[in-house]
Amino acid sequence: MRKAFFLALASVFLMASVALAAETVKIGFNLPLTGDIPKVGESSKRAAEMLKEDINSQGGLEVGGQKYMLEFIYEDNESKADSAVNVALKLIERDQVMAIVGPNSSKQAVPAGGTCDDNQTPMISPWSTNPDATLDRPWVFRAAFLDPFQGPVAVDFATKTFGAKTAAVLFDISNDYSKGLAEIFKADFEQKHGAGTVLAFESHGTKDQDFSAQLTKIIAAKPDFIFLPDNYNQVALILKQAHDLGWAGPVMGADAWGSAELMTLCGDDCKGQYFSTHYAAAGAQGATKVFIDRYKAKYNETPDDVAALTWDATNIVLLAIQNAGKVDSNIRKQRAAIREAMAAIPSFEGITGSMKFDEQGDPIKCAVVVKISDEGEFVFTEQVCP
Amino acid sequence: MEILIQNIINALQFGSFYALIAVGYTLVYGVLLLINFAHGDIFMVGAYIAFFVATFFLGEYGIISPGALSGMTVLMLSIPLTMLLTSCVGVTLERIAYRPLRNKGAHRLYVVITALMCGLILENGNLALLGASRKKFPELIDKAVWTLGDISVTNLKVAVIFTAIAVFMLLHFIVTKTKIGMAMRGISYDKFAIPLMGIPVNTIIVFTFILGSGFAGLAGFMFAMSYPILEPYMGALIGWKAFIAAVVGGIGDIRGAFLGGFLLGFIEIGVVAVFPSTLRDLLAFSVLLLILWWKPTGLFGVAKTTKI
Repeated sequence: MRKAFFLALASVFLMASVALAAETVKIGFNLPLTGDIPKVGESSKRAAEMLKEDINSQGGLEVGGQKYMLEFIYEDNESKADSAVNVALKLIERDQVMAIVGPNSSKQAVPAGGTCDDNQTPMISPWSTNPDATLDRPWVFRAAFLDPFQGPVAVDFATKTFGAKTAAVLFDISNDYSKGLAEIFKADFEQKHGAGTVLAFESHGTKDQDFSAQLTKIIAAKPDFIFLPDNYNQVALILKQAHDLGWAGPVMGADAWGSAELMTLCGDDCKGQYFSTHYAAAGAQGATKVFIDRYKAKYNETPDDVAALTWDATNIVLLAIQNAGKVDSNIRKQRAAIREAMAAIPSFEGITGSMKFDEQGDPIKCAVVVKISDEGEFVFTEQVCP
Repeated sequence: MEILIQNIINALQFGSFYALIAVGYTLVYGVLLLINFAHGDIFMVGAYIAFFVATFFLGEYGIISPGALSGMTVLMLSIPLTMLLTSCVGVTLERIAYRPLRNKGAHRLYVVITALMCGLILENGNLALLGASRKKFPELIDKAVWTLGDISVTNLKVAVIFTAIAVFMLLHFIVTKTKIGMAMRGISYDKFAIPLMGIPVNTIIVFTFILGSGFAGLAGFMFAMSYPILEPYMGALIGWKAFIAAVVGGIGDIRGAFLGGFLLGFIEIGVVAVFPSTLRDLLAFSVLLLILWWKPTGLFGVAKTTKI
């Protein structure tokens, strides 16, 4: 009797889940919710939640004349490369998602991109800027510009604004993003200013807290400015120690600075510095401003670039699903259809600017340089387009 | 020349942290022959306690009105309270994790594994309790940067170095000159004969944990002031390195812990100053390996005699 009851119960659940599965569009999110850069994961999740509520409150996403509810599955990759691969596999195998958004940092996006490509699942990274994440991987896309573009932006800006003829670089050796960008910067700077103009090229580890030896070396070399392609949490420690050691010159950063948490951690030490990023929240117009205002009202903070890029990346996935025209019960066919549709998107008007995908799945889009004002806001200074 | 002096100051500061943490490993090992692998995480807990105590006195939680106390007063109140609370954490670990195993006569290996697990529990417990986002330690005292030519020193750096030296002298005095220090040395010499002399072994062990964890709390406080970003995993790497420093200095010997700590600081900073910084850990630990090769018991270690 009891057995029969449980069997009946189980079959009800089974049927319910089958029925549910047919009516939802499942998208996986591979995010750093803990680990080195938890704020990045949180911002991504918040933007995605906001988008999901928007669409689900209107009855779901319309695909081929029928409405489907969105189901977003958030998994934590602990900001580690190996966990990012595991999370990708879990989303592909267990959760049977149609597409994956994330990982954000190149450190995780490069290995996870390989996993998604091997398993023929479309993946789009909102924030990864290292070329290797999408290189020769037809299933992997991104919403951010690339480091070979960002590096020269920093070089040109510093040359013009600081009148820099020499530079020093400090980067994280175990982070693909930081290392890649540092090398691109060095090559470009030396090409424009002559060999040996990067006076110091120093590295540190991800878990390091003391940078005094590297900074002493850099300051002793007397460069015109320091290029610091590091994550926001390390930026806070490095700038404080640089000032303690007597550095008074400018520091230029890259897009990994642009977290909403940078100013709470860094405070006065960051004010007056510049960094290149994906969009500037202060003084935004149009759709971007609408997004910023709604995000602010909902979460009581200014959305950082990761939030905006996740919004764009998720929208690109949804657009591809709509363009694919139907929701196939065969997940493999559905994934292939999404990939085709994603690669075929001619151009996309996102809140971080308009983008077009090239044959590698990389968008061609503009970068902005922002200045950190005395109020701690990221103020638009210059836009650079390819 | 100026760069050399600047690097020496840098090395003294970071070496001070290694030394203050290494002393906790060495005290516990000296008395119990137990490698307390949770110590790095006790240091992390100490830094978090320092954060909460300091923000409490600064009026964050509304019990004390904000700005009622000056930064210096907050500092003076926070340091002893942080040390006290952190030593409570250390003693609690001893009571709930190590002592039950010891009373059942478990082999030391099991206690060491328990210590490793306790460290992970502290890390992940913190992660579950406070979340992954980092804490920013408030600035309690006005920073003063003194420059002399190309050399820059902050008041905080000087304070850290002097604290480490003062702690060393205090501990050395306690262990070599006081009765309780004699009891500590006695336990490490023969833990079966000592109770027969009427010495309360468990009390002495608790005292040892109070000392070790209390100074880990102090180190956590100074660390949070020098490197004001706190995260749950901050104690793991520095804890391991401090443990290595303690072993190189000769684990069980307080002079060894301090010498090992400063040595590691000097080697790490020295390697970066001369070679590309990528090679730092590789060269630093190769040098330490050579030292152990030459003297496997560590610089101050003596095989099979009284240790502490």
